[in-house]
Amino acid sequence: MATPGYSEISRNGLWNNNPALVQLLGLCPLLAVTGSVVNAIGLGLATIGVLACSNLAVSIVRRQMPETVRLPASVMIIATFVTCAELLMKAFTYELFLVLGIFIPLIVTNCAILGRADAFASKNPVLPSLVDGFMMGLGFTAVLIVIGAIREILGRGTLFADMDLLLGPMAEDWGIPVLGTDYPGFLVAVLPPGAFLVAGLLIAAKNAIDAGIERRRSQRVRVMPGSKRVRVTGKIT
Amino acid sequence: MSLMRASSPHARSGDSAARVMLQVAAATVPGVLALVLYFGIGVLINIALCTITAIACEAAVMKLRNRPVVFYLKDYSAFVTALLLGIAIPPYCAWWIPVVGTASAIILAKHLYGGMGYNPFNPAMVGYVVLLISFPVAMTRWVGPAEMIYGAPGLSETLGLVFGFGNINVDGFTRATPLEIVRLNQSVLLEQLYQREPMFNKGSIAGYGWEVASFGFLVGGLFLLLRRIITWHAPVAMLGTLTLLSVLFYDSGSSLSEGSPLLHLFSGATMLGAFFIITDPISGATSNKGRLIFGAGVGLLTYVIRAWGSYPDAVAFAVLLMNFAAPTIDNYTLPRTYGHKAPRKATDVEEQ
Repeated sequence: MATPGYSEISRNGLWNNNPALVQLLGLCPLLAVTGSVVNAIGLGLATIGVLACSNLAVSIVRRQMPETVRLPASVMIIATFVTCAELLMKAFTYELFLVLGIFIPLIVTNCAILGRADAFASKNPVLPSLVDGFMMGLGFTAVLIVIGAIREILGRGTLFADMDLLLGPMAEDWGIPVLGTDYPGFLVAVLPPGAFLVAGLLIAAKNAIDAGIERRRSQRVRVMPGSKRVRVTGKIT
Repeated sequence: MSLMRASSPHARSGDSAARVMLQVAAATVPGVLALVLYFGIGVLINIALCTITAIACEAAVMKLRNRPVVFYLKDYSAFVTALLLGIAIPPYCAWWIPVVGTASAIILAKHLYGGMGYNPFNPAMVGYVVLLISFPVAMTRWVGPAEMIYGAPGLSETLGLVFGFGNINVDGFTRATPLEIVRLNQSVLLEQLYQREPMFNKGSIAGYGWEVASFGFLVGGLFLLLRRIITWHAPVAMLGTLTLLSVLFYDSGSSLSEGSPLLHLFSGATMLGAFFIITDPISGATSNKGRLIFGAGVGLLTYVIRAWGSYPDAVAFAVLLMNFAAPTIDNYTLPRTYGHKAPRKATDVEEQ
């Protein structure tokens, strides 16, 4: 398998093969912690870090790794980086760590990470693997943030509330009461069913956008109807 | 597979979807009348708000899906969904509650799954549950019967409560429902509770006003049975299971009792659920044996959640949980085709 170019890697990670919207991997954290933007960003950053680092490490040792133990080995590598991320969050964003709770250690079971390690990093050179991990993580994080924003606005009527959990005291009053201060809160959006609904609607939206792009492309190359003489002999350019 | 079309003159029953839906709507009239009599015009305002929202949502979705709008509005299925949801929502709640509930019911529960005939869950119950878990405070404030609160809110008061002008608080009109009273009671024997609480001593069996409304829905349900729009299987199974369980667990009225069988049958949403919700031909089970199991499941879950869950009433949750189970029930209750051996389950037939 030839290593794809960086722009293709980026396109795959962010859109065409987005882990959350297309591969539908890592749905557990995707659904569980996207109740607000700050949770989404926190988990997203941890996932990007782990994904990029584990791809890098797996790619470095890919020639030394025997085929039979590649999955356990990958899991060990991922677990190492998850532990690092967990300790870093404990050190610098302890409140956010308490909010995200079990979902930080659970990053180790995020299939998107193991999937990239096995499908890409174990077959490709170091730098493309690093970029792939970073882009996949970025695509995953982008979806997390969009879902988090929609659920936070619908469920609590705010946006960027509690950002100080991540960024410290300077972000204390970043919360915007988008829907007014006496918004009653559409609780179902922050409860688990809301996560499924919003994620489903986002997937539908992505498919609709792709279908629209496809339709426009096919319209562009369509031959105009009418009696046009078709040249069947000689050199066709 | 051959796709033959028989063109013979088929026997037609003359029952279109629209006719069935209109008869279901007509059958709710006694119950709705009783509700209006005891709880005031807020009930009608809810139904009106739900109906307007349902028609708007249905038309918008049909437009988006490039389907004929008027043709689909004329089957009245959206109207029946709105009607049932409007009955279930507490009267005099803020206007956006019925609107949000109906929009969830029509758009999420009905059309995202493919529209009329394809929804695995009962749309009215989805709308109700979305509201109940989203706005628990507003959804559990039920107005007291008119006589207990010195007259139901008048028209201007009603509009003030619903659209939020004036300075009226709905708390002044609300009373605990019979199921809530019995549920919250920890200290006195049921007999004493019935003598003390005006909700019970003004009524006769299951709470003033509530019992009459339930009786109204029972009458409407019998009308549907008589018109053969529904079969007896699901309602009888549900009411039978509920009665059996409430008899089994009725400890002759101690202070911790879960309530008498009559309370369970004639209070809350039991009768509405038994005759109008679980008889839904789309989200319920298909065969008669399946309907018996489906109804019994709803009755069982209703009692379990009422008695040991954290919500006073549970018909909506029970119906949604059994809607999940309906395809499995159908799979194992495939009726025998004449001249064939009984199949064990539908998936076996498909595999052959």
